Amino acid sequence: MTQTEWIRRIWKPLAFVLALLPFLLLAYQWYTDQLSANPIDDITDTTGTWTLRFLMITLAITPLRKITGWNWLLKFRRMVGLFAFSSVFLHFITYVYLDQFFLWEEIVADVQKRPFITVGFTSFLLMVPLALTSNDRITKWMGGKRWQRLHRLIYFIALGGVIHYLWLVKADTQRPLTYGAILLILLGSRAWFALRPRLKIRSESAGPQPE
Amino acid sequence: MLLKRQEDIRSSEITPESLYKNRRRFLKTAGIAAAGFASVSAFGLIGAGELPQNPQWKRPPAGPLNTDEDLTPFKDVTTYNNFYEFGTDKDDPSKNAGNFRVKPWKVAIEGEVRKPASYNLEDLVKPYKLEDRVYRHRCVEGWSMVIPWLGFPIADLIKKVQPTSKAKFVEFTTLHDPVQMPGQKRPVLDWPYVEALRMDEAMHPLAILVTGLYGSELPNQNGAPLRTVIPWKYGFKGCKSIVKIRFVEKEPKTTWNISAPYEYGFYSNVNPDVDHPRWSQKFERRIGEFRKRRTLMFNGYGDQVASLYSGMDLKKYF
Repeated sequence: MTQTEWIRRIWKPLAFVLALLPFLLLAYQWYTDQLSANPIDDITDTTGTWTLRFLMITLAITPLRKITGWNWLLKFRRMVGLFAFSSVFLHFITYVYLDQFFLWEEIVADVQKRPFITVGFTSFLLMVPLALTSNDRITKWMGGKRWQRLHRLIYFIALGGVIHYLWLVKADTQRPLTYGAILLILLGSRAWFALRPRLKIRSESAGPQPE
Repeated sequence: MLLKRQEDIRSSEITPESLYKNRRRFLKTAGIAAAGFASVSAFGLIGAGELPQNPQWKRPPAGPLNTDEDLTPFKDVTTYNNFYEFGTDKDDPSKNAGNFRVKPWKVAIEGEVRKPASYNLEDLVKPYKLEDRVYRHRCVEGWSMVIPWLGFPIADLIKKVQPTSKAKFVEFTTLHDPVQMPGQKRPVLDWPYVEALRMDEAMHPLAILVTGLYGSELPNQNGAPLRTVIPWKYGFKGCKSIVKIRFVEKEPKTTWNISAPYEYGFYSNVNPDVDHPRWSQKFERRIGEFRKRRTLMFNGYGDQVASLYSGMDLKKYF
């Protein structure tokens, strides 16, 4: 098998199953009554946390690829991104159905009045176009440049996700701030990779240029 | 006199307490003896919070001091806790409070009282007849339980220690011991935890000092060995593992109020019309139920406590 075939036939299905595990575990714990006394909160927490984790993994692929030169990493990015979307979709459904039980009046009030829900809901909405434009045909139809520009929304989505988490905790900010720090490193590395060539050019061209 | 008072302890309380202690001693010994035990417990097969329930306990008949609503199961009451001294996750207290030493325990009575003193807990509690109180418990986070506490009115203690006329508030302080309470190693809150009541609130017959639940000794994760319960206020107004009761003239600074003054007021009465700035307080999820229920004014104790706040703007004094 070629490397492409290995990835397609072995590694991708394996990664898929691995990424599915947190959800399978949650379903198992729910079914066997191993969640806490407030299972709806547990489901909300778990799906929210995994949304952030999948977003961070998605964002880590490009810098990791540039550092290691492992271009094959790119082949996993769409899958991880779609897992982030699946997770946030479950998170949203849990809120609307299990938590609020379709009390639309309350839901609308929440989105308008509670900054952490406003930010979270906005990030969720921004993820929809990214999920919808994830298949090859649409990507081709859009053209690489436009696709890439649209998908840069993920920076704002991840930032929104961290803020959503930070604003909902009562006093213990350790976990949301940890995600914030990870995001800062990931976005910082992107900025560095983007600016480095320009800085190089500037420093090379600065010297010999006459006044 | 003393002998007569001791008779007040019902025989039903005695047997199970020893059962409970034996079981705990057994668990402790077994935990130390068998290394495997610890690993089993780490996987959650044996939760530290699953203390046995008093088998002889019977719930008291319904009345003004006892709701007849379905009780929240013992397991839920003892594994789903907010007790930041043992960690900020709901299952942290039941996991981390197992070795917390509640004996010996001293409680200092200080401030504007005629008889300031430090008491051994047994001596402090001995004069009072312990009563079952089945109360609704509403957490500021939006969930609720129905818990059969075991305790006595704070008023009884206040009458005994004789506050002076200067005493307008009573302040409760939790133990500060980061070695035993690992949650205090991080500055999540301004330790030690301090809570307070206006004197008339503390004197209300519904406001109790608690030493047990479900007819047994209070589990560590629920605030052993002594805590307050004020059922018409949000749960955090209850102070756990109390080491100091101080009578003061000025409104004390309380922990959550210090942490976020715009979110947690001094009064913190359960009020569906005053939202937490970040979430609605209109509804609550009763643990064990699927759909949320409407939150009641003063947690359903309005008939008994509303007069304490007559003429007060409850939106201002939230």
